[in-house]
Amino acid sequence: MIGSPYTLGRNNTSTIMLKVMLALIPGILAHAWLFGPGIWVSLFLCSTFAIVFEALLLLMRGLPMKPFLSDNSALLTAWLLALSLPTLAPWWLYAIGIFIAIVIAKQLYGGIGQNLFNPAMVGYAALIVSFPVYMTQWVAPLALADHMLTLWDAFDVVFAGTSSISADSYTSATVLDTWKTQARLQTPVETILGQSIFGWAGGRGQEIVVSMYLLGGLYLLWDRLVTWHIPLAFLSGVAGSAAVLHLIDPMQHADPLLHLFSGGVMLGAFFIATDPVTASSTPRGKLIYAGMAGILTMIIRGFGGYPDGVAFAVLLMNICVPFIDNYTQPRVFGHKRKQAEKVVGKT
Amino acid sequence: MTRKLFTFNGGVHPDGHKSASNGAPIRSMPLLPRYVVPMRQHIGAPARPIVAVGDAVLRGQMLGAAEGYVSTAVHAPTSGRVVAVEPCAAPHPSGLFDLAVVIEADGLDQSVDFQPLDWRALDPSALRNRIREMGLAGQGGAVFPSYIKLNPAGQNIHTLILNGAECEPWITCDDRLMRERAPELVRGIEIMQHALGCKTILIGIEDNKPEALAAMRAAAPATMEVVSVPTLYPGGGGKQLTYTLTGVETPTGGRSTDVGIQVFNVGTAYSLYRAVELGEPVISRVVTITGHVQQPGNFEVRIGSPLSDLIAAAGGALAGASGEIVGGPMMGFDLMDLAAPVTKAVNCLIVKSPTLFPAKPIELPCIRCGACARACPADLQPFEMYWYSRAKDFGRAQSYNLFDCIECGCCAYVCPSHIPLVDYFRFSKSEIWEREREKSSADQARVRHEFKAFRLAREKQEKAEKFAKAAEKSKAAAGSDATAPLDPDAEKKKAILQAALERAQKARETVEPRNTENLPPRVQKEIDEIESRRAAVDATMETKE
Repeated sequence: MIGSPYTLGRNNTSTIMLKVMLALIPGILAHAWLFGPGIWVSLFLCSTFAIVFEALLLLMRGLPMKPFLSDNSALLTAWLLALSLPTLAPWWLYAIGIFIAIVIAKQLYGGIGQNLFNPAMVGYAALIVSFPVYMTQWVAPLALADHMLTLWDAFDVVFAGTSSISADSYTSATVLDTWKTQARLQTPVETILGQSIFGWAGGRGQEIVVSMYLLGGLYLLWDRLVTWHIPLAFLSGVAGSAAVLHLIDPMQHADPLLHLFSGGVMLGAFFIATDPVTASSTPRGKLIYAGMAGILTMIIRGFGGYPDGVAFAVLLMNICVPFIDNYTQPRVFGHKRKQAEKVVGKT
Repeated sequence: MTRKLFTFNGGVHPDGHKSASNGAPIRSMPLLPRYVVPMRQHIGAPARPIVAVGDAVLRGQMLGAAEGYVSTAVHAPTSGRVVAVEPCAAPHPSGLFDLAVVIEADGLDQSVDFQPLDWRALDPSALRNRIREMGLAGQGGAVFPSYIKLNPAGQNIHTLILNGAECEPWITCDDRLMRERAPELVRGIEIMQHALGCKTILIGIEDNKPEALAAMRAAAPATMEVVSVPTLYPGGGGKQLTYTLTGVETPTGGRSTDVGIQVFNVGTAYSLYRAVELGEPVISRVVTITGHVQQPGNFEVRIGSPLSDLIAAAGGALAGASGEIVGGPMMGFDLMDLAAPVTKAVNCLIVKSPTLFPAKPIELPCIRCGACARACPADLQPFEMYWYSRAKDFGRAQSYNLFDCIECGCCAYVCPSHIPLVDYFRFSKSEIWEREREKSSADQARVRHEFKAFRLAREKQEKAEKFAKAAEKSKAAAGSDATAPLDPDAEKKKAILQAALERAQKARETVEPRNTENLPPRVQKEIDEIESRRAAVDATMETKE
């Protein structure tokens, strides 16, 4: 029996996903402008692989194609992964990443809404663990590159490998990588920051892209696609723990601004940690979940083996979500204040 | 008029569609040839019919008397003859039939002698008894018998709230009532104040009804405060309106009276005025007929009018109508049978069309986006309740406070995956109720069984004691008076009984199961062992008992 309500709002999953993708566009444009056309290739490849894998899995699972493909969730995952990976990596790297994200992390868990872990971050984590060399070859900003790649060069590099053009001519290490290796060698901070890849806040060029992600994120907040809790808590977690570490040992730990404007922090704060399926869903839970993810990001950046920690921090906090949600249930209208905390403890 | 208002969390802004029906004054329906008056028009026990087939009845004559405490009377909407007392179609989501008195109108519309009450001189409890006989039940939708709600005993009601919010889309009957009959409505509120003895009176009206606000402000005396509340569905829910006006939350599982506040619908106040000042029981109410009909509007409809006649009065449904909703689109239900009549609970009938009410999009998986939680006026986590309801883990669903859900439909309205959340919650609630019913009947059966065992044991013991006493007595009697003649009859009976017992005993001893005769020693040994074990078990069982 289908009863009331007989009238529905205009909200739908497909539009939500499209709007989130729309919010990514300023960052993508900035990336293309500052780092060259490689991003179009990786976005194109990731999107294509995502749709192919999603369709294949829907077919195997006997689910209807149209409603599930048109929810745009696979495309969004593809874009988020593409924006987390270096551009101009070999095509199979994108294929493997998307396979892990869509087939393993999403569809094998039961499809949209059922996955415990953020699919894009599972894909990213699997790649960085398996192919660390490819995952650290980032395209240098055009301003610093010796060689300007065209879109066709980019396709050539991705599909044919780097035979025709030397990779060294267009790649460089990221600021986080550089900081990590140099700080361990006791290089003076001024010398590190004096390198050409550093800009006014984060990596040169990268800081503009990151600012565009921030802009897109503010649009998400304005359109109420995400609540303020997760972005604010995540950024506070990163900035707060970066500030503490920087105060304790400025030789080893960069200042909070560098951390906010480098790597995946901004993308993570607005687009990745906010994935509703895998994030905490109560207001207080969101604060704990995202705040802890921010702190974990800084712990990994400061003491771990990887230059960036957003993916692992988000995945680690994904594990804790059911637990956090259970203990942060909001007070229900008409209930006494004290009751709220233990609502769900009893089964 | 600068009362501080409180804002409850959540809520939605569906399209109002109020202007479809609120433009024209309330019209009255022509007299119909036939009325169907259900006995169950209120929460609680249905009324008991007190007329029989063939009886002549007058308008306002009682057809059914209140049965029990939570009940109220029902009355004849016009004069005529009772042609049937039988189950008829009723406006209920289940489509089940309900006992009703069917009246064939004689067209004269003669009424009983209505006796106005001088309520100011009446003691509140006498007033309440009159109200019970007048068939008043809350017209906001819950149709709780009003006389019970007007009893202030032990509740210390300090605030009376009149609910004129009318937050459901499409419905405008309260709007028109307030615009057109504000002075009478205010008289009804004064009667409520008299019965409850409360000091503060707040009349809450959503700000999308400026005409009704103006009319009520013009009619209300200084003792009543007409408050404009923001238009936000479900702002007219009892708990939500109470919170908006006072900032007081109705405790879970309780009523607003627990915090000294009583809430009535404005339509009930108007009916109360008619019942007390005019002496006319509840035989009509204002109903909105809107949607895909020729002339949407509001009608003063006699209780018992078939809904098909209501649609006809509005000029009939337009081509392409696709069904009817009773009540509003957020909380109403599909009408199963157009022959079902208007009852005290029916405030609106919406004729659907595919353009006004498009088919629901297919249900997609929940993405835990939390839109439902942000829209929920009860601050619940509907998506969690949904996951557990879907898994039929009702205990877990209940631990997320399923029963605080007021089924307002906000969650389903905002859900991007178009999940019919409220249907899941209704399903879970009914399953839990069913299980509790089963459990309580099982408990009852167990208690009955235990009591029976106890009673049998007690009777056995009592009998034994009685026998022992009697035996002692007779022994004593025999000892003290040996010459006392024994009752020969009793002696004879005893002898027969004794003989019978002996025969039975002998039979038991001699009769042996055939297949245990002449057994080999091994089998016999086995049997002996089993027998001894059984004896041991019997012994322990006996000691346990």
